[in-house]
Amino acid sequence: MQHETIVGLETHAELLTETKLFCGCLNRFGASPNTLACPVCLGLPGVLPVINKKGFETALKAALALHCQINQFTTFDRKNYYYPDLPKNYQISQNYLNLGINGYLEIKYGGNKKRICIHNVHLEEEAGKLIHPESALGGGEDYSLVDFNRAGVPLLEIVTYPDMRGLEEVEAYMNTLKNVLLYTEVSDCKMQEGSLRFEASISLRPIGQEKLGNRVEIKNLNSMKAVLKALEYEMRRQKEVLESGETVSMETRLWSEPNERTERMRTKEEAHDYRYFPEPDLTPAVVEDRWLEKQRATLPELPLARRERFVAKYGLSDYDAGVLTEDKALADYFERCVTLHHSPKAVCNWVTNYVQRELNERRLEIKDFPVSPEMLVELVRLAETGDVSMPVAKEVFVEMVDTRKKAPQIVQERGLLQISDRAELESIIQEVIAENPNALADYKKGKKTALTFLVGQIMRKTKGKANPQMVNELLKKKLEAG
Amino acid sequence: MAVIDKKTIEHVALLARLELSEEEKELFVSQLGDILTYIEKLKELDTSKVEPMAYATATTNVFREDVPTPSLKLEEVLKNAPAKFQDFFKVPKVIE
Repeated sequence: MQHETIVGLETHAELLTETKLFCGCLNRFGASPNTLACPVCLGLPGVLPVINKKGFETALKAALALHCQINQFTTFDRKNYYYPDLPKNYQISQNYLNLGINGYLEIKYGGNKKRICIHNVHLEEEAGKLIHPESALGGGEDYSLVDFNRAGVPLLEIVTYPDMRGLEEVEAYMNTLKNVLLYTEVSDCKMQEGSLRFEASISLRPIGQEKLGNRVEIKNLNSMKAVLKALEYEMRRQKEVLESGETVSMETRLWSEPNERTERMRTKEEAHDYRYFPEPDLTPAVVEDRWLEKQRATLPELPLARRERFVAKYGLSDYDAGVLTEDKALADYFERCVTLHHSPKAVCNWVTNYVQRELNERRLEIKDFPVSPEMLVELVRLAETGDVSMPVAKEVFVEMVDTRKKAPQIVQERGLLQISDRAELESIIQEVIAENPNALADYKKGKKTALTFLVGQIMRKTKGKANPQMVNELLKKKLEAG
Repeated sequence: MAVIDKKTIEHVALLARLELSEEEKELFVSQLGDILTYIEKLKELDTSKVEPMAYATATTNVFREDVPTPSLKLEEVLKNAPAKFQDFFKVPKVIE
């Protein structure tokens, strides 16, 4: 039987703020354990949380970017559960009046476009971090350690409807969402630091059936790759269960990276009785129209819109536009170049090929790239006018990254100007033919590869500086005549 | 009529991590039952035209600016910890 895969995702993103959500402790990754904690985030008796305005506005911005309906009267609730990463024994979250509801994120994959509907976007506090030390004998110690630096960091939860129908859509959703959060400066989305995390739920149903199958939630997904691998595994596992005539049990499973499989989580049934109730220590937030519109106005052009604009305005391929807009700073860099140069396509070629290669190889971010848009465009022009050949231009570019020098300076210092002087080229060609009588003979016997060989020799002799079109043309003429 | 039985008491106690003796369970079955019976009585009032009230005051929009304030010193953070290990709180092993 053919089955359809149905996936929903829950995303947690830590917000880019200076301080925590309810107190003035720094929101910072990597500090020494338990040094970013105060009575509020430790849950000591008698303290009062106060909402961080920037954190609230950042969440609002995310909800707007995801086209949510905004609850202009929004409240916080206590989610009660006992776990040592939460010193208060409850997490301040939202349950009854979430900040944003009924939104969507538009994704694009292959040639398809689709809206993934968002159930809700809400604001909550992070929990502390638990560490499970290994004992000296191998195996776990009989205790865990807690670091409360992360407790109280503002966290955004984004919950989709079960709208995704396969791994391609899941991957596109994760990438697009990450990009939107980066573009809007809602989160730094560093998965390796845990500031962006995904949980998936997946079910299968026979094609044509409307009723959803039993759903399995998957946790412990530490990268997008893990999400995809875990879902792929679950698709196979659930298909086997269904095909053997059994039913999939509704449960939470953990992805085990070393075993490459999902494993059933052992929890008590009571675990999910959160007994939400309104948080009496916080006042409701009222987002008046003016405030809402002010926040809306801070939204930048979102990645997909920008990608489409790059295609329409600059005549780029959808693929190139996608590569450029993947990274807001890279797209900004490209657009700055375009204001300085007449051919967006030429600039795009340089940015998506050579600039990106250097960024990858040197593990640099575009904001730290030594070659400014002005410097790059200067080089592109030199290559275009034929002052330097393309292979030389690429070399110059690498040197620019190494030394931060400008292209004309490097060209001058190293004497790299392209040789386009007819007489000079003719005399070089004469020399090379004289040095390679066999090649000349081969050519006359009709071996056309001899031409390529001779061009190579000329390039070698001139250290790549000879104008290739002219060399080709002059050499052919010479060979035909001689 | 709201019904509170021993099973409910045990469930709530487990969620709150409370250990109750058999006598206490019996006591709370009757006490919580009385409270819920009283609530049932209140439910007789027609409140269909009244907005639910979750907050004692009408205050809204109390915010703080995103400005750091000093955190506690590590020694102070760990001062009340029943158990610690190096710079961490030490708790019984928990694995989800």
